[in-house]
Amino acid sequence: MTALAARRLEVRFGRARAVDGVELEIGSGEIVALVGESGCGKTTLARALLGLVKPTAGSVEHLSRPLGYARREMRGFRRRVQLVLQDPTGSLNPRHTVYEAVAEGLRIHGIHDREEERVADALAKAGMRPPERFFLRYPHELSGGQRQRVVIAGALVLEPSVLVADEPVSSLDASVRGEILALLLRLRDQLGLSVLVVTHDLGLAWNIADRVAVMYLGRIVESGATADVLLNPRHPYTKALLSVVPEVSRMAPVVLRGETPDPSRIPAGCRFRPRCPLYASGLPAEVAARCETEPLPVLPAELGHHAACHALTP
Amino acid sequence: MSLLELKGLSVTYAGNVPAVRGVDLSVAPGEVLGIAGESGCGKSTITSAVLRLLPKSAKVGGQVLLDGEDVYGMSFGRLRAMRWAEASIVFQGALHSLNAVQTIGKQIAEPILLHEKVSRQAAERRVGELLEQVGLPARRAKDYPHQLSGGQRQRVMIALALACRPRLVIADEPTTALDVMVQAQVLDLLSGLVRELGLALIMISHDLSVLGAVCDRVAVMYAGQIVEEGPAKDIFDDSRHPYSAALAGAFPRVGDELFRYAPRGLPGDPPYPSDLPSGCAFHPRCPVALDRCAETEVSLADLGEGRSSACLRACEEDLDLRGAS
Repeated sequence: MTALAARRLEVRFGRARAVDGVELEIGSGEIVALVGESGCGKTTLARALLGLVKPTAGSVEHLSRPLGYARREMRGFRRRVQLVLQDPTGSLNPRHTVYEAVAEGLRIHGIHDREEERVADALAKAGMRPPERFFLRYPHELSGGQRQRVVIAGALVLEPSVLVADEPVSSLDASVRGEILALLLRLRDQLGLSVLVVTHDLGLAWNIADRVAVMYLGRIVESGATADVLLNPRHPYTKALLSVVPEVSRMAPVVLRGETPDPSRIPAGCRFRPRCPLYASGLPAEVAARCETEPLPVLPAELGHHAACHALTP
Repeated sequence: MSLLELKGLSVTYAGNVPAVRGVDLSVAPGEVLGIAGESGCGKSTITSAVLRLLPKSAKVGGQVLLDGEDVYGMSFGRLRAMRWAEASIVFQGALHSLNAVQTIGKQIAEPILLHEKVSRQAAERRVGELLEQVGLPARRAKDYPHQLSGGQRQRVMIALALACRPRLVIADEPTTALDVMVQAQVLDLLSGLVRELGLALIMISHDLSVLGAVCDRVAVMYAGQIVEEGPAKDIFDDSRHPYSAALAGAFPRVGDELFRYAPRGLPGDPPYPSDLPSGCAFHPRCPVALDRCAETEVSLADLGEGRSSACLRACEEDLDLRGAS
């Protein structure tokens, strides 16, 4: 069962093609890591999957049904698919107590029965035990890790089936990161939650994800089971990304020059070609010609290891 | 001969908050020293202490020797001359540290014009050279910070720190907000500059994997003290302190089965400097603590081969700390 999916999804802002045709599925009870650098479109894709931006083309599917953007449909969807933001300090109102922060979602959705019980339950699930002890605390009285747990409890209180977590640990102290990641794993195991983790951290993907999708300039360029993508990367971009992770010493570092190009000027042919070390090192003429002119197909969402590279598909 | 030497440095903020508690460190020209630790461990306080940038209310003990000269014995004029020209800082958060309404060229030229008797034209020429040194075209001097990407702004911060040809550069979390690829570019740049200019570089980060990749030596700090020091690779691959092991484990090694579906963390949070646990300050979060760890004061002990640790157990036994946290 697919919990959430993007079908040929495109999001444009003026001439910028932030998401340029993406197929992605998050199975029920699955943790998928969407990996890429800033500006690659991963946050826009996540926002589209949350229904926060309307796709320019293509669609979002929830439980195998296309998402409608009418108010009533949206309200039910927003309960089922919840967002966990990057910076817990910024996403909590400093003048709201922990109880108010967690109960806010319930109030917005008009759920008034058993409020206290629901809030306590969500805090406990997020690892804040005993929950009652935290009800009247303010965010500044909590540590960074506890704040992120409150944010997660605020999402859990609506009993969602999918969490979309955008860089859930990047603003946390190193020793606290593991505890929050372990919490995401536990939520999947105990509640059957599906999780899409948006991150630039490949180590995090190795830590918790079942599948990995690597995004570059609006497209997914490689996807597959975590072990396949991270241990046997096929796309030259994935290979370069992995080679510069400081702890992976088994590869010679391939430091790409420059930065991800502007999404309003996507190169013709293969979009990675101007920075591709494989292309630069010299490819057979007929392959190089395809890199320069022939756009790559959108990778399918089906299970299996896929990579969008002309040099791999002669 | 070390360029910078800290001897028993301690910094206590107003309200009796000990942020740094007796730190000994030294760094030589051409050497890269890493300081690792989490927020509140005192690593950024050390940066400020070296250049005497602490608030007046902070009490400083011990010595900071820059080229043998005590920074805290310097006259104010000498101190001003020393900042930028002998030691400079690459601050974290390039977007907030740069002036948004001034071109980057003007910002880099400012310390040069203040510190050296050079003409405006000569300063502009130097700005061009500095930008090229950090991998940006000289014409970008006319740009404002918002016209640059995050990685480019970080390069500007490095050019700024190099403006008056210092011999010591302290980089405080130089790559924290950057993507892996841009991070790799900036780290390459810093290592290259150390080689070419013979700089002494102190790199401060919470990411032990980054420090392990570029530093010669690393000191790991917890609650204001150094808990482990040694060659960078050893600390990352074979920690001799349970806290270093936990920091190393927080950034999992891709491909290592030990980390697959097993994120590592430590229970609890770092202590507040004003409310430190007794004995070894790390004992309440330590996976291998014994009863005596709560009672015995700890200090760095020499383990040989250039390594030292402040862990009672790691000094006596051959602990396997990789699976501990």
